[in-house]
Amino acid sequence: MNRTLILGGSLSALMVIAALMSFVWTPFDHGAMNIPEKLQIPNGTHWFGTDHFGRDMFSMIMVGARTSIAVACVAVGIGIGLGVPLGLWAAARQGGWVDEVIMRGNDLIFAFPSLVIAILITAVFGAGAVNAIIAIGIFNIPVFARVTRGGALPLWAREFILAARVSGKGAARISVEHILPNIANLLIVQATIQFSLGILAEAALSYVGLGAQPPTPSWGRMLADAQTLVSIAPHMALMPGFAIILTVLGLNLLGDGLRDALDPRLRVSRV
Amino acid sequence: MLRYTLKRLLSLAISLAIASLLIFAVIEVAPGDPASFMLGINAQEDTLAALRAELGLDQPKWQRYLSWVGGMMQGDFGTSYQYRTEVTDMIADRLWVSLPLALYALTLSTLIAFPAGIFAASRRGKAGDVGVMGATQIGIAIPNFWFAMMLVLIFAINLRWFSAGGFAGWDKGFFAAMKSLTLPAIALALPQAAILARVMRSSLLDVLDEDFMRTARAKGLSRGAALRRHGLRNAMIPVLTILGLQFSFLLAGGIIIEQVFYLPGLGRLIFQSISARDLIVVESVTMLLVFAVILVNFLVDLAYAAVDPRLRART
Repeated sequence: MNRTLILGGSLSALMVIAALMSFVWTPFDHGAMNIPEKLQIPNGTHWFGTDHFGRDMFSMIMVGARTSIAVACVAVGIGIGLGVPLGLWAAARQGGWVDEVIMRGNDLIFAFPSLVIAILITAVFGAGAVNAIIAIGIFNIPVFARVTRGGALPLWAREFILAARVSGKGAARISVEHILPNIANLLIVQATIQFSLGILAEAALSYVGLGAQPPTPSWGRMLADAQTLVSIAPHMALMPGFAIILTVLGLNLLGDGLRDALDPRLRVSRV
Repeated sequence: MLRYTLKRLLSLAISLAIASLLIFAVIEVAPGDPASFMLGINAQEDTLAALRAELGLDQPKWQRYLSWVGGMMQGDFGTSYQYRTEVTDMIADRLWVSLPLALYALTLSTLIAFPAGIFAASRRGKAGDVGVMGATQIGIAIPNFWFAMMLVLIFAINLRWFSAGGFAGWDKGFFAAMKSLTLPAIALALPQAAILARVMRSSLLDVLDEDFMRTARAKGLSRGAALRRHGLRNAMIPVLTILGLQFSFLLAGGIIIEQVFYLPGLGRLIFQSISARDLIVVESVTMLLVFAVILVNFLVDLAYAAVDPRLRART
């Protein structure tokens, strides 16, 4: 086990545990306002302090983890669900018109400034978690299609694929039974990276008011609330910020660690 | 090279056509009629019809699409529903904030990332390398708008070195304007610098393993001289590609940072237009940003091919 993997795994696990635990227990009701106790700095009762309505920040961050993880999970799911089949298909028809169309379509989506399009989609179809998920998810499709195709192409030239073809299996069956298991490593690593990008994107969209809507707590909107109060209550900005940074850092380290652990040839980590 | 350029030019045109169709389609299905939004709920039916005719909303969709695209090609982005002014003029004003901000951030990002990446590569595996790489991991994880808030807290509220927001305007002089763009540029640049430093390092490490680097050392060059004279030049190609991508990201990413600092740039224009349902402005500004990004990618591809002949043959 390498240290990157352990550190990244622990940080990621911490966030998942916080999110799951919030379903059964939080120190306070995350939505309960308590004006007399507003803007408290972190202390023994309110571990992360309270916001301008006297709500407990620790409880809000725990429940906010739920929103972040749910949005990122589904967005990555969209990317894998559509991107991987497209990538497999393109690789199976390498050089053909299907391959060409899929890859050019990919390039096109890649060329779009994702943030601008996400803002356009959420602005037009209404702000909210579902539209944010779709907006983020669309840009995961070409990422997974490209990784899948890139991983699958060299496999198609290998002997065991030839053996499968000789035994009469079709391209679709070979893709699922032989190609997919062999590129699962690549996909898992890419999924952790996209997951962390999804959490950052969700925070940015919520920050400008286009993500999850009140009363659903979200880290991005907590930061938006904190903006005007940052001079008198810096903890309101610090705590959700740390939550985002530690989660994203944890997922990135987890991705790096998994890549090293799953592929010993890449032991010398580069980017 | 000519064949390659023409091929890329064709794909550029196709990309732009599809992009404009998509953006137009998204705006078309947007709920809400701009005319009734402008006149309020008590408007008479004939007034509404007159306004729709004036705005050209009564024409068939394909005709509106063609006149929108045709207008843009001549630099005419239409007329704002809300302000009744030329969108082109509105965009031009805002570009004087957003473009300098992106360039400023790009410069800062390069100034931080190049030395950091080169330093890390030259100390490969040692404490310096581990330190720089650790710092870049954190840099990548920091949301730029959060970092912007922290900069405001430290440098504007506590130290009072900068103002917390707003734009001085170019008529107040170059330095006053640049000063009000400094905190936003740093906020935009740092997370990007972290990515760029990692690319710089890995690209240098790839080159350091090459045979020609061993030859350079064998003919008596010191490590530093070999790195400067042979290593850097070869390592620059992937770095330049990322730089091109980053410029477009900085231009688009600026729209969130502009919100934090209340800068009157393209980002604020988009958000104000969204809340006023001034969709023609949203449509045109989005198209402009997409155009800028696609164009930069195209130029990077061309520059890449000009430097590296192997790429021309491949595509």
